[in-house]
Amino acid sequence: MELKHLRKISDYEWEIPQSYRHDMRASVRIFATRRLLEQIADDQSLEQAVNATTLPGVVSPVVVMPDMHQGYGFPIGGVAATAYPHGVISPGAIGYDINCGVRLLASSIEYEAALPYLDTLATLLNAYCPSGVGSEGVVRVQVEELNKILRVGARWALKRGYATEEDLERTEEGGKLEDADPSQVSERAKQRGREQIGSLGAGNHFIEVDVVEQIFYPEAAQAMGLQEGCLAVQIHCGSRGLGHQICTDYVQSFQHAVHKYGIHLPDRELVCAPMDSPEGKAYMAAMRAAANFAFANRQLLAHSARRAFEETFASRFKKEWRLRQVYDIAHNMGKLETHAREGQRLRVCVHRKGATRAFGPGSPELPAEYQDIGQPVLVPGSMGTASWVLVGTEASMERSWGSTCHGAGRVLSRAKAKKQVRGERLREELEAHGVKVRAGSMSGLAEEAPQAYKDVDMVVETVTHAGIARKVARLRPVAVIKG
Amino acid sequence: MGYEEIEHTADWALRVWALNLPELLSEAARGMNALAGVKLNTANRALRPIHLTAPDAESLLVAFLSELLYLAEQENLAFDSFDLTIDAKTQDGLQLDGVLHGASIAEISKAIKAVTFHNLHIQKTPDGLEATVVFDV
Repeated sequence: MELKHLRKISDYEWEIPQSYRHDMRASVRIFATRRLLEQIADDQSLEQAVNATTLPGVVSPVVVMPDMHQGYGFPIGGVAATAYPHGVISPGAIGYDINCGVRLLASSIEYEAALPYLDTLATLLNAYCPSGVGSEGVVRVQVEELNKILRVGARWALKRGYATEEDLERTEEGGKLEDADPSQVSERAKQRGREQIGSLGAGNHFIEVDVVEQIFYPEAAQAMGLQEGCLAVQIHCGSRGLGHQICTDYVQSFQHAVHKYGIHLPDRELVCAPMDSPEGKAYMAAMRAAANFAFANRQLLAHSARRAFEETFASRFKKEWRLRQVYDIAHNMGKLETHAREGQRLRVCVHRKGATRAFGPGSPELPAEYQDIGQPVLVPGSMGTASWVLVGTEASMERSWGSTCHGAGRVLSRAKAKKQVRGERLREELEAHGVKVRAGSMSGLAEEAPQAYKDVDMVVETVTHAGIARKVARLRPVAVIKG
Repeated sequence: MGYEEIEHTADWALRVWALNLPELLSEAARGMNALAGVKLNTANRALRPIHLTAPDAESLLVAFLSELLYLAEQENLAFDSFDLTIDAKTQDGLQLDGVLHGASIAEISKAIKAVTFHNLHIQKTPDGLEATVVFDV
């Protein structure tokens, strides 16, 4: 799309008016600098955002974050709210990796003191957190047990001793989405999930040990337990094969639903069904089950990370090694939420695909310790570069459906990244910069090279200047575990 | 008959061409194997029957490749040769029957999460059929 079609609202905010294309039902609001827009002008991100405005029941505006890039059907970095109950839900607007998200754990171990032991820590994290293509999880559950996980999410882990009450309080929705229904999940999806609970998988998923490099909002950092110069751990993964299969199943079955309900869309990957239809209800119940699986999955990985920390540090550091949860947040999800628009309270399904919920201070969904500061937002950078901890704001509630960015955002295709970067060389460079690397595949490492991504600092500057998030802390990686 | 990887910022896209629909599906499967870096154990060959129905050709292509992803993950099998017949005159739309020929996977370097419908159109060309498939990775 040519940038001349965009209306500039500020240096950090742009609009594609509803008049741009005849089938648009809403405008598009883009949070980006001109430079970031120029980076994505050649791909299909903005056209895909325009396509998203054709979803029946969509409420203006569809929002796109500065880490946007071309996806399939719906852009990565996109947020679309549809009116409940007659508006639609679209599996493709949530993505195949349902409840892909990030968990952050903080310690009181100072980086300088930990430095001699980081190699051991990286090796143990790699050993205890299974990763790679088709990797199997740390536990294998029978179908009955899996159904419990699908119903109660991370609460299952609490009963098994893999979680604390504080972990759940500091997880989006307490780690359990209500109204999940395992009977709407196919046997194939369950078969895949049964073997993969507690595993990281491959692709862009990772576990990263970071040092808290700089704090920008001391009161918030203190509430989260983040201390400058100390270690923290990020876990990035989702619902594994179970979520992929659920999305595959429903994208296929919704090909019939769009004909049944007379829905016309510019891209078949956007297929959808009204939320109050049998098809829409079935998908929502299955999607919530996948989300619960992902919460439990990250909880098990957190348990494994704690084991690695304990074995590496417990004999050397008294209590400092303990990993306390900062927050766990999804960035691929569809959620029923209430938002204020022009003096009215609207019940909507907020589809976030590569966008993070970012509720402001005072939101009833937040635990007591975060009521004054807003919801923690976890923004992982590309491998070897900084990551950020932000909080949601009043402006994010008003202007972006309580959402903000989710990462750096790709700028190079995987094929180009592989041509420009050699995995072995990248590992040597990262190690030379003090980042321990454990990776299952060198070509996979090359695909996720920092050069393949936008500058995460620029993404964060954009959302903070636009007011839809506030900086809390910047994290620097010291060890990366990748599938 | 052939395939080539084409540029896509986040995911993988494959352009596939063939004389007819059974060959297009077969070639797409070979292309998907190549993208994922699949290497087969040549010693022990395996067969699997396959039966699928779909309302249209694009849906059949997605269902076929999704079936192969499932077999790769659950049974560690990949296939490089295909005997497929497609009946276009059923009440369900298209019906695919056939046999997959392959072997256990010795090595796989990339995970493909799913096969998408994004901009998927099987088009007639002077030489047969052509389609571009986008994979979520």
